[in-house]
Amino acid sequence: MAGEPIVEARGLVKRYDARAVVDGVSFAVAPGECLGLLGPNGAGKTTTIRMVTCFSPPSGGTLRVFGLPVEPAHHRTIKSRLGIVQQEESLDPDLTVEKNLTVFASYFGLSRAEATRRAEELIRFAALEERRDARIRTLSGGMKRRLMLARALVNDPALLVLDEPTTGLDPQARRLVWERVRTLKRGGTTILLTTHYMDEAAQLCDRLIIMDAGRIVAEGEPADLVATHVGSEVVEVYLPDAEGDASAVLARLADGPWRTERVGHVQYLYLRDGHAADALPALADLDFMRRRASLEDVFLTLTGHGLRD
Amino acid sequence: MPIPGIGALRVWRRDLEVWKRFAVTFVVASLGEPLFYLLAMGYGLGRYVENIGGVPYVVFLAPGIIASAAMNSASVEATFGSYTRMAEQQTYAAILATPCSVADIVGGDILYAASKGTAASMFVMLVTAPLGVLHGPWVVGLPVIALLAGLMFGALGVAVTARAPSYDFFNYYFTFGISVMFLFAGVFFPLETLPAWARVVAWCLPLTHAVAACRMLAAGHVTPAIVVHLAWMLVVAAAAFVVAERLVRRRLIV
Repeated sequence: MAGEPIVEARGLVKRYDARAVVDGVSFAVAPGECLGLLGPNGAGKTTTIRMVTCFSPPSGGTLRVFGLPVEPAHHRTIKSRLGIVQQEESLDPDLTVEKNLTVFASYFGLSRAEATRRAEELIRFAALEERRDARIRTLSGGMKRRLMLARALVNDPALLVLDEPTTGLDPQARRLVWERVRTLKRGGTTILLTTHYMDEAAQLCDRLIIMDAGRIVAEGEPADLVATHVGSEVVEVYLPDAEGDASAVLARLADGPWRTERVGHVQYLYLRDGHAADALPALADLDFMRRRASLEDVFLTLTGHGLRD
Repeated sequence: MPIPGIGALRVWRRDLEVWKRFAVTFVVASLGEPLFYLLAMGYGLGRYVENIGGVPYVVFLAPGIIASAAMNSASVEATFGSYTRMAEQQTYAAILATPCSVADIVGGDILYAASKGTAASMFVMLVTAPLGVLHGPWVVGLPVIALLAGLMFGALGVAVTARAPSYDFFNYYFTFGISVMFLFAGVFFPLETLPAWARVVAWCLPLTHAVAACRMLAAGHVTPAIVVHLAWMLVVAAAAFVVAERLVRRRLIV
């Protein structure tokens, strides 16, 4: 078993009527790895995750989880080793924090004593000791998300699947969730997550897959993706409002050891290693900001600046 | 055919866990309406109805009210209750992330609806017993009929719920399904009085068989025909379960 991928997708396709939402996606998740699926809305991330977690039968390609083909005959076995945090909150509003955990544990066949012990551990993990008897509607968004995460761990899953784990949370709550996910990573939990937050991807993922319109557009470690697709530094030049003046600036910046891209009133210059200094003379008198290239630049470079709904 | 397994009992236990919180409301709600019907019809209307088939009207009416209590309680739970779990609270989706299958979830929810139906029916039984409307040892079979009726209406309810776009949808089901059965399945008057074609229609209504079986047991006159009523309910319950499971699966697994 050692080294065999936890998830292995080959040419995975999901079609609704004639429309392919996931269109020939291949990837593998290695044991102990945290793989992130990154992409704009409608890229096919959630659909991919739904296929991996037995919620959506693939229309084509092959998909194996824990070495088993994802087919109805294996759903029960696969799901008994999965932990899933869905995008939508699905806690039991009529049960307390503790009951939410013990009842969920019972679905996996844990005995009452075992479920109580596990709930105790997870309440501590989720930092909800003070709220164990609280009803769900009295919890904050961050607490609910932590409880969702804790609940997904009752069966000590071999693969944890997180669908946009911090969407809608405030910065403090997001950091607490990240911290907990990192704790799990250190403990060796294999994680597959989707996100459209670059900082989240950079913080948590060992490896990233960037998806757009149902296909994989790039794949690699965060730092390598930045180096390969963008470079080392980015200069954002803020263009004058008058279109004539802006054109003059653009003409000045047209040639150089960089790639350019214009988005509204900002001209981006993507600079390769060691060329940052070359740009400085051309930038004299301009309103600009120089910064390190980030995943966000990779993302926007690969998936474009158009609005996605 | 999908078979609910041990997971169905786990889902049922979850539902009971939630029910504990609302137990008092439940007892009050499930007793109130049937009792008012018994009083208004049994005694109010009963004054003008000498007797039906040789028994006082309230004695004729009581078994029908016991049977329809199971129908009402199970139907409300399997529609409004199940819809809340399926669509509003995402409870079904949460449970599907565990080894429980759609058959377990649907089976557990139907079992829960049937449990509530049986309980509601037994409350009415206990309260009406002192009125002298129940006779003989066959009365112990009444909860079994209530359970069967509960399973049948639970399964029918979940099948309707699986296709419901919103809560409003259930108005149709209750107006054209449940209310029609309440009025035309032999609760208030003997079906023998109807023209032949109407008797055939009435015979097709699921509640008719629960009412007929309850009436036999309550009166202590049990004939072999009861087997037909029981079999009819079992078949409808099983068929409705298969449909409900398929429709819920089609809604959740896409």
